[in-house]
Amino acid sequence: MSGLSIQNISMSFDLPNGGSVQALKDVTLNLKAGELLSVLGPSGCGKTTLLNIVAGFLVPTKGEILLHGNKVTGPSAERGMVFQQGALFEWMNVRENVGFGPRMKGVSTARAREKVDHLLDVVGLQDFKEKAIYELSGGMQQRVALARCLANDPDVILMDEPLGALDALTREKMQSLVLNLWKETGKTIVLITHSVEEALLLGERLLVMAPRPGRIHKEYRLPFADLGVDADLREIKKHDDYGDKREEILEMIWNMEEEIMGRTEVAG
Amino acid sequence: MHGTGVEVTLPEIESGSGFAKNDVLAVKAYRTKLLKWDANDSETRKGGAKIVAVNGQLIVFGTDVDAGDLKIALTQKGTLNVKPNKGIQMEPIWLPAPEDVWNRLKEISTSGFKNYTLAEHLGFSLFRVVIGFFLGALVGIPLGYAMGLSDWFRGWFDPIVEFMRPVPPLALIPLVIIWAGIGEVGKTILLFLAALWIMAIASRAGVSGVRISKVHAAYSLGASKWQIMRYVIVPNSLPEIFTGARVAMGVCWGTVVAAELVAAEKGAGMMIMVASKFQQTDIVILGIILIGIIGFGIDMLMRWAERILVPWKGRG
Repeated sequence: MSGLSIQNISMSFDLPNGGSVQALKDVTLNLKAGELLSVLGPSGCGKTTLLNIVAGFLVPTKGEILLHGNKVTGPSAERGMVFQQGALFEWMNVRENVGFGPRMKGVSTARAREKVDHLLDVVGLQDFKEKAIYELSGGMQQRVALARCLANDPDVILMDEPLGALDALTREKMQSLVLNLWKETGKTIVLITHSVEEALLLGERLLVMAPRPGRIHKEYRLPFADLGVDADLREIKKHDDYGDKREEILEMIWNMEEEIMGRTEVAG
Repeated sequence: MHGTGVEVTLPEIESGSGFAKNDVLAVKAYRTKLLKWDANDSETRKGGAKIVAVNGQLIVFGTDVDAGDLKIALTQKGTLNVKPNKGIQMEPIWLPAPEDVWNRLKEISTSGFKNYTLAEHLGFSLFRVVIGFFLGALVGIPLGYAMGLSDWFRGWFDPIVEFMRPVPPLALIPLVIIWAGIGEVGKTILLFLAALWIMAIASRAGVSGVRISKVHAAYSLGASKWQIMRYVIVPNSLPEIFTGARVAMGVCWGTVVAAELVAAEKGAGMMIMVASKFQQTDIVILGIILIGIIGFGIDMLMRWAERILVPWKGRG
């Protein structure tokens, strides 16, 4: 089968005091090729752990990940990752960062150049190809991170709060960029975010996770991502449906957070 | 009254009339002189003549009369002791005048000091620092990398490195002299040890300080372990290593001067130590200033290299 299959994943971490904490419990999820999934949840619900398992950085205690029917055993170029920030290589300029993946595969810089330059055009950095990373703004750096990931032509793109550190205006522009890249490239994307709005706007499917232990709480299918490819994202925010969903999810997460705080008080 | 090294001729005076003739006396600055006032008189001390007052003030043995620029005292034998005021001036042995230091600089940079020219003294100190630092970095950086990458290495070497790092290199001088003598080998070992621990700790910090997201990013871009080492961990550690190198060069410079103070044939430290023994304060001052300038110059040079070679430092 094609697509990404997350089967019965459980993950527990050993604590220094001898106990253990269960970060994920029986998470099962199937993604068709080309789907855009956004994952939302309160802090500590295991969403980043789940992403790290899919990426291959962590080995789950139980269960397995299949990509196109093949079991995932470690990190690889078929599953690209975009981090919140600080994952670019400051000792390379913009073009070298984007060309990093092809270079690791042994593709010569000259041969990769056309592709790299094209991707930099796509993300709007055509005038910044020779710049150092630290000369760019936060939003531009994330554009580089997106281009760097795409240069490897991965089957799945994993995004760990890629827009979390950006200001509101830049964030909105980048959301449009992510939608357009998704539509143009047809990649499977898993996007983790803290922002309910972002999850609604960018997710074709939206997963709300609950903490202690981390599990899937509720799933939505949304129309906004498809609309957003052509329309202004601000227009979509005026939809009645959008507003209702936003309130519903916000309240859901709010209740989870309150439950955690309550428990902490009893424990303390 | 006259300065040191100045030839003076006594001014001509009228000897005057009466039983006590006029006297004239020249005194060097910072010195005193006895005035045998009766040498040219008809009435002498042997004959019972005595001085009872100076400038109208009574004088006895043990009290001074203040006569403006000088003090006059009566000795037990009845002569006068003339003591010019020293003022707040410093004798050259305490603090030489700037022009004396400048002249000495010109002198020893051409004719040299203790068989070697000034440039040779300074150059040799610098040469020792460069060799010692180079050897320290050559061993320290791989050691630090190994400690940063392998728990086994960290387990074995961390206690040694953490213990040796705070030991001042100067405290090792006696041991190094016992082991290797006072020659070049001993100094090289000392400077090697001064640089080694600093470089090991800096490069370990550089390796273990790599952001895990950078390593993860490289993995998910298809890099192998060796490629991550080569393209991520090593460049990421360079800023820390440069900081360590700056500190190590400074410590080595301080250590070489101290080691040369103890024993050396040439070098900046030897120069000022020998000069001190011969009370050539101007050379000591000159040496201190030059040592300071070179130390500052080393630091500036390292900063410049840092700006050129690791421009991303502190901007990650």
